[in-house]
This record gives sequence, structure tokens and C-alpha cells, in this order.
Amino acid sequence: MALLSVRREPPARYRWLLWVLAFALPLATWSAVSYIPWLWHPQVLITDAGSVSWIKPGLRLDRADFAAQVNKATAANLAPPVGEPANPLYLPPPHAVGRALYGAFTTAPRLKGDMWLHESIVMSIKTIFLGFAISSLFALPLGIICGAYPALSRMTEPFVDFVRYMPAPAFGALMVAIFGIHLEPKIAIVVLGTFFTQVLVTAGTVRRVDPALLEAAQTLGAKRGKLVRRVIIPACLPDLYNDTRILIGCAWTYLVVAEVVGVSSGITFFINQQAKYRNFDNVYAAIIIIGLIGLATDQVLSFIGARLFGWKLTRRSRTRAFLGWLFSPRDVLYFPDKPSTR
Amino acid sequence: MPSVTHSDSSSSPASPADYRLQSEAVAARFAALHARPVVLEAEHLSCEFDSERGRVTALRDINVRIHRRELVCVIGPSGCGKSTFARVIAGLQPVSAGRILVDGVAVTAPGPDRGMVFQGYTLFPWLTLTQNVRFGLDMQGRSDGPADAEARQWLDLVGLGKFHDSYPHQLSGGMKQRVAIARALAAGPKILLMDEPFGALDPSTRAQMQAHLMEIWRNVDITIVFITHDMDEAILLADRILVLKANPGEVQEFIEVPVPRPRRLDQFNTPEFQAMRQHLDSLIHPAPGPNSPDHCPLPFIRLTQAGDDVE
Ligand SMILES: Nc1ncnc2c1ncn2[C@@H]1O[C@H](COP(=O)(O)OP(=O)(O)OP(=O)(O)O)[C@@H](O)[C@H]1O
Ligand SMILES: [Mg+2]
Repeated sequence: MALLSVRREPPARYRWLLWVLAFALPLATWSAVSYIPWLWHPQVLITDAGSVSWIKPGLRLDRADFAAQVNKATAANLAPPVGEPANPLYLPPPHAVGRALYGAFTTAPRLKGDMWLHESIVMSIKTIFLGFAISSLFALPLGIICGAYPALSRMTEPFVDFVRYMPAPAFGALMVAIFGIHLEPKIAIVVLGTFFTQVLVTAGTVRRVDPALLEAAQTLGAKRGKLVRRVIIPACLPDLYNDTRILIGCAWTYLVVAEVVGVSSGITFFINQQAKYRNFDNVYAAIIIIGLIGLATDQVLSFIGARLFGWKLTRRSRTRAFLGWLFSPRDVLYFPDKPSTR
Repeated sequence: MPSVTHSDSSSSPASPADYRLQSEAVAARFAALHARPVVLEAEHLSCEFDSERGRVTALRDINVRIHRRELVCVIGPSGCGKSTFARVIAGLQPVSAGRILVDGVAVTAPGPDRGMVFQGYTLFPWLTLTQNVRFGLDMQGRSDGPADAEARQWLDLVGLGKFHDSYPHQLSGGMKQRVAIARALAAGPKILLMDEPFGALDPSTRAQMQAHLMEIWRNVDITIVFITHDMDEAILLADRILVLKANPGEVQEFIEVPVPRPRRLDQFNTPEFQAMRQHLDSLIHPAPGPNSPDHCPLPFIRLTQAGDDVE
């Protein structure tokens, strides 16, 4: 089997297929559970109440309760209630979510003053971008010097480790007290959530720079500052870039926490609001939008990364190769696994 | 047979296969060599490592003096401390006792006066070849234009003129090693340390690289300490060969190579070469005792069918 060899990349013609499958399989599972009546469906959606006075059409009953009602009615020779198998309200079928995805952008918010979905999204992106930028601004330099100078790392990392274990949300009330109730405390929580991890991850990556390169540079006359600037930083830049990509994912997690602090806002507010109205299809739509934003950011960053760090052998990405080909066919040269004859 | 003088003061019998016999030209060359100033000196050098197995003595009481523009090969069994010796000279490895003097000044840290070429190609993968070779010049604060021109010259010199703007991952092993040599030389070191630089190359590339190295050495004012485990390579390149013995790493012998210069590959069959070769063999692989077998049979059970013996 060419497809299932240990640690061997599958043939190129299968890669698109596998990428599509990665999304198609979960979607197929979801569809199956939603549309095949005998799969799960733990509830019954009442279509006709029959003789039972307290049941209304549209009500969802657990299957056991429904069976009990039917038995009671038939025993008393009355008309039994009628219904069809249904899933709980919190698992809407794919088509409902699809409709909500579209509708979310076209329907006005229910309450005056509530935000449109796209406004919520912009707000969230602003929070996460500012938070992550501020965190990186301090964490990257600190991480790099900690990784480069073991003495400094011994002096800072115990404390960083200590704070890292404190859950960022625990600082919520404090941040509101310091920064007020609007965007600032939310940004602060994203910063708190990512900063300490980012310092440790960065320092770890810096420490993994091949010591042979450092020794080679030293025999060429590089010392201290130059060693850091001219060797350590360029050598680990691609890995730092990848760390950053992963940490942005973490930042999204803290975003959701941050947005319920103070005046609830952004996409989390939208989700909570919709959940309150029991519009679970809108909730799923919003969650999927977060996923799409994340996926798009990651793909764009990965694409830029391949351009910036062509010298580093990275796993070949189809999207990257395709976009590379699309924008400037000659630059495919920069993908190192393609032998070049410059 | 050229006329020979006996360079060794000891009274060992002069047989035609004695590696200590030197032709007049060779003897004169060594006299001149010893008259040159000492650039590198190891004084009672010892180096120990702490490992799980306890203290390992990698080098013990090494005393050598190496003269300017000499090419010394260091040879010895695996694990005898050859790499450690090079790293100590480079200043990458602290010593336990003794010291290394370069031009009479004790070595404490790595510096650009001692260039090093490593067995693994330690090129900077994010820099083009020119930028790699320029690295040492940049560290000295040289301005862009001249540094660039000089780096390109060095690349031309090692035969990579067409690859100025390529990246290391686009090169073969031999090419990478040539860049590494160019990079080390461009920084203008007094001493070039080479730790099995051609170990990973195939025989023909290796022969090319050896010729290349000698060519460079002839034209550049540089003292080379070349580490190898290949005896032919050592004899082909060296003025003198430092033979180390293992556990602990000590100097076994520091031998003047009697093969005349300029060296060529076809000198392999000359009596001097063969005599030298035999002697190194006897030092590194001591002759087995009269009744010891040439190898201990492995505890094999027979895994093959009868009737298809291969030997
Ligand atoms: N970092 C280290 N920590 C502990 N022991 C070490 C270390 N480096 C070397 N040694 C020990 O020092 C001895 C000499 O090692 P070295 O690498 O110098 O040998 P070598 O002559 O270069 O061997 P080879 O020909 O295989 O390259 C070995 O016994 C090795 O186990
Ligand atoms: Mg070695």
C-alpha cells in the first residue's frame, strides 16, 4: 500500500483527496447522525399532541417519556401523541447551520445595540491581534535572551513557570479593576495568557539551535551579541515563526475567556447571545467562522513562511505550492525539495 | 635509490624499509622547517570528561610544538581524543591541565586566529555561499564591498565560482566542505584545524579535495592541523604525523614523513611511502601475538543450508 507507508509522504495525486477527506469525514459523521433516523436521535419531536393536554406540537420529549405517554393514552383508550425521532436542540443538522452561516450576516441583531456578526468578528480579531502583538513584542526578545544566556534563563524562568500555571481568567476581575470594562482588560488577558508560554517556548526553540553552528561561528570570530544576532536568531527564526503560528491558536482560546470579562463583547458575546435565544444553528455558525478564520490565518502564515525561509526544508504544502505557482511560477525555485539549477 | 642520511640519532639498523631514512632534500626541508618559529605549542595538555561511567581521560600530558606553515596530521584509533585535541586548540573545549600557546599566547576562548573545519558541514543554511564565506570578514567589521569581493575570490579559489549565490542545501557534500574551507580561510586564521574534513566523501572526491588542500596550503601562509583516521591520507598530506594512542590519549610518536614533496598520488608505491605506511600500521594495529588468531570468532550458529559455502 503506497498510501499507508510508515513516515512516507503519500503520492502527490492523493494529497488533495486526503485534505478534502479531512473535512468530509467529520461532516459525513455529522450528517449521518442528523439525517439517519435510527442513528442516535434520543428524543421525539411531537407532531400531533393527541389527547395529552400538556403536550404541544414542536415539543421534544425523551424517547422513554414519549413511550410512557403513548402507553398511558392507549391504555385509557384515548388518542396517543404522534412524533418523529429527533436530535436535541443543541445538535442542529448541517443544512440548518449552513443556512445560519448565510443568515448570520444578513439578519439584523434582535436587540437594538447588539452587534452584527461581522462587527463582533472584527472586534474579536482586533482584541486578539493587539493582545498577541503586545505579548510577542516582549516575549520574543525575552525568550531569545533567556535561550541564549543560560544564566538569565535560570534567573527568569522559575518565575515565568510559576505565573504560567495561574489561569489567565483568574486575573479577570483584577484586569477590569486596572483597565476598565472595555477592550483593554480583554487584551490584557490575551497577553497574560500567551506571554508566559511564549517566553518558555521561544527560549526552548533558541536552545535547540545546532551547537555546531555556534561553534563554527565562534571559530570565525563571533562573540556574544554578534553570535546572538548573526547566528542564533537567523538559525531559529523559522522555528520561532512556527511557534508563533501555534501560539496564535492558544490566543484564540484566551480570547473566548477574555471576551466575557467586563462588558461582554465580540464573537463570544454573539455566541452567548444566540445560545440564550436557543439558536444553536447560529452558535455553530459562529464557531465555524472562528475555525475558518484560524485556518485561513494559518495557511497565509505558512505560505509567507515558506517564502521567507526557503532555505529550511519544510514539509511541502499543496496550498503553498499552488499559491506559489499562481503568483509567480519562477519562485517555485524557493521550495527546496524541488532541485534547482540556478 | 637516492642517497640517504640517517636523521635519527639512535643506533637502530638502517634497513631500506626504515621510515626514519630521509633523502637529503627531505632532511634539508625538515631542518628548514624546524628553524621556522613555533606557532602552536601544547604544554602538558590534559583533558578529562565527567561522564556516567566516571572520569574519562581524553588527553593526557600532550607536549607538541608545531612550526609555522607546517602541515601536521593527527592520527590514532577511534576515541583516542583526536577531536578533543582539535577542539582544545580551537578553544571550544576547556582543558583540565596544561595549556595551548599560539604565538606564545595562551588560548582561553575561540578566536578567528584558529579556523576550524568540522566533519559535519557546518555551513549557515540561511546564507548564500558568498555570505557564508563573508561571515568571518563581517565579524572583523570589514565593509561590504571589499568583503564581498574577497569572499567571491575565495569561492573561485575552491572552484565554486558558479555558485556564489546558491544556498548550501543545493550543494553536494564535497562542495559544502570546500565552502567550509573557504569560509575558514577567508577569516585569515594563523592555524587551520580540520577534524576529519573529508571523512564523509567518496574516494575520488576525497582525492580531489586532498589535491585542492595542498594547492591552497602551498599558496597561503597557514599552519594546518589535519585530523584523520586514514593513514594514506595522513602520509600524503603531512610534514609530520602525530600518532595518538587511546585510553588515555597520549602521544605515541611524532613522526617526520620521509616522502619527498611535492606529493602526488603515484608516490604510493615508493619505498618511503610504504615504509611509513607499514610503521603506522604497526602502531595503530599492533601485530597480533604469535598464537593469537587474527580475529576472535563471533559466537555464530550456522544459519545456512549445507552445500552453499561461500568461503
Ligand atoms: N562531551 C564529552 N563528554 C564525555 N566524554 C567525552 C566527550 N567528548 C569526548 N569524550 C570522550 O573522550 C574520548 C575522546 O573523544 P574524541 O571525540 O576526541 O575521540 P576521537 O579520537 O575524535 O574519535 P573518532 O576517531 O571516533 O572521532 C572518548 O573516549 C569520548 O568518550
Ligand atoms: Mg573525532
